[in-house]
Amino acid sequence: MNTQDTRRPTGKKLSLKEKYALMTRGLGWDTSYEPMDKAFDQLGLEGIKIHDWDKWEDPFRLTMDAYWKYQAEKERKLYAVLDAFQQNNGHLNISDARYVNTLKLFFTGITPAEYNAHRLFAMLGRQFPGPGAAIACQMQAVDELRHVQTQIHSISQYNKYFNGLHDHTVMNDRLWYLSVPKSFFEDAISSGPFEQIIAISFALEYLLTNLVFMPFMSGAAYNGDMATVTFGFSSQSDEARHMTLGLECIKFVLEQDPGNAAIIQRYLDKWFWRGYKVLGLVSMMLDYMLPKKVMSWKEAWEIYFVQNGGSLFNDLSRYGLRMPKYWEQSVAEAEHLSHQTWNAFYNFSGAAAFHVWLPSDEDMAWLAEKYPNTFDQHYRPRIEHYRKLQAEGKRYYNPSLPMLCQTCQTPLIFTEMDDPTRTSHRQLEHDGDTYHFCSDGCRDIFAGQPDKYVSAWLPAHQILQGNCVEPGAEAAGDPGADALRYFHVVAGQDNLDYEGSPDEANWLRWKGLDKTPPAAAA
Amino acid sequence: MHTHAQQTSVPPLVRDRVDNFHGQQLLYVGWDHHTMICAPIALLVSPELRFGEVIDDLLPASAFALHPEWPQIDWARVEWLLADRPFTPERSATLAAQGLGHKAYLRLRTPALRGIAGSGA
Ligand SMILES: [Fe+2]
Ligand SMILES: [Fe+2]
Repeated sequence: MNTQDTRRPTGKKLSLKEKYALMTRGLGWDTSYEPMDKAFDQLGLEGIKIHDWDKWEDPFRLTMDAYWKYQAEKERKLYAVLDAFQQNNGHLNISDARYVNTLKLFFTGITPAEYNAHRLFAMLGRQFPGPGAAIACQMQAVDELRHVQTQIHSISQYNKYFNGLHDHTVMNDRLWYLSVPKSFFEDAISSGPFEQIIAISFALEYLLTNLVFMPFMSGAAYNGDMATVTFGFSSQSDEARHMTLGLECIKFVLEQDPGNAAIIQRYLDKWFWRGYKVLGLVSMMLDYMLPKKVMSWKEAWEIYFVQNGGSLFNDLSRYGLRMPKYWEQSVAEAEHLSHQTWNAFYNFSGAAAFHVWLPSDEDMAWLAEKYPNTFDQHYRPRIEHYRKLQAEGKRYYNPSLPMLCQTCQTPLIFTEMDDPTRTSHRQLEHDGDTYHFCSDGCRDIFAGQPDKYVSAWLPAHQILQGNCVEPGAEAAGDPGADALRYFHVVAGQDNLDYEGSPDEANWLRWKGLDKTPPAAAA
Repeated sequence: MHTHAQQTSVPPLVRDRVDNFHGQQLLYVGWDHHTMICAPIALLVSPELRFGEVIDDLLPASAFALHPEWPQIDWARVEWLLADRPFTPERSATLAAQGLGHKAYLRLRTPALRGIAGSGA
């Protein structure tokens, strides 16, 4: 490789193409002290065959110098908006303080995932011997680090006024529901290089990214959150580049060798299901957490997965790829996903770093309209029961620990396809132990790599093993209180219902809506 | 699929081996058609616990007891399943003696009770 002469022709201004060749391909070299296959020692292990790395095309032809210039310009714009946001008390312009709870979910669940994406691409840049692929990965590594920073800076505007945003890195490491996105990324980052890039660049960035980006960014726009809209726009052009990398990468690998398709299909089946399970949190955010709704989860899944994904797989069928395994199940479950996920947080809001609230009459009318086949029949009675209990001052909190899926780490909150009132459960025996799963998809993933998933750090089990006690702190003897402190969730401040929270009291005061009568004048 | 780390002969770390529970074990219990309790529950129990103590002591302190139909359960008529197979518990026998090992999943069915307002919740 790299045999063409890339020396600069004299006395001539470089064309974009020449400049690109010099600044990317021209930077690569073959090792001479060590054989190439030792320098790039992860490459052969997955069975993927690459015959010619020079066939890797970068459709953007972006060189590092141009990259720095574009990114610096985006940063200047972003920080100008953030300054204005701060000076104008932008946090008071949101639709309602309930909205900030979606940011708490984003900041503790997705921002740390961006950081893991940075680590993953930094390592991948080292794993690929083709300069085209290596440079694309390096740029994405820098992009992802920028995303982390812009999110920290934007959301810190809210951290001054609202609770639950004070410790996103520790929470991501320890808080029970965040083990779902955390384990997704740790599964990816501990895979072989081709699996990593298929998992993140293709399955996540190309196939599923709209299901993360659209809900949060449109949700922000609908709910008056200019800080989030701005960091969203700032990263959108990066996302477009990442999506293109995902598509370029999968086509490149498939065209290199006919034997690659079967391996790629296996990765797609796995990472589609892993990603879909993480999106349960997004479904709840769309249907239950946005004060001003954008669209339902069912509509989002139909547009962004069924339609867009369907036509993508039509294009890819010429390489022998098909839609990921169990995709039909995800469509049928779209009728239930958000309602079942929200119920888990209503049950366990004592142990969450954001607030929960019951849907209003108006919210329930919207849910019934969006989910005519399921809401009134299966989910309204439960919510009305909760309402009655709350009115009597007997709010239901689940005092137990839940059974978790060994693969996706979600509690077993989903139901069987043919019976929405019975827990979906699969199990298998491996090496003398029993393992439990939420679905066929998660069971299959385990069965493919059991040695990986037997080591899963399942929060409920860790609590019961006595491992969730803040280092250096005296155990309180109450595992619930110990776990909360270990999560860095401040009891009575970050958790429980929105009604009665310090967030609510502050918001009402700032907006002049304080419910408590003023003290009588002297 | 396989990275170098996976190719070495280091045995996998089985994080939830029974030895890690300090003499206790896990027992999961689910109540079919009562989805108000959002997931089956995970209990830490001694293998020497008698089955009757699960019903008399552990479940009344769990989420199950907060369900409005809990007081109506007729325990003589409860149908038990071990994962998917019918199971006949013996109240006075220990968990270990009747094969309820580490990470066993017990389900109870109460056909007369259909959840909140008959919705299965
Ligand atoms: Fe990103
Ligand atoms: Fe799962």
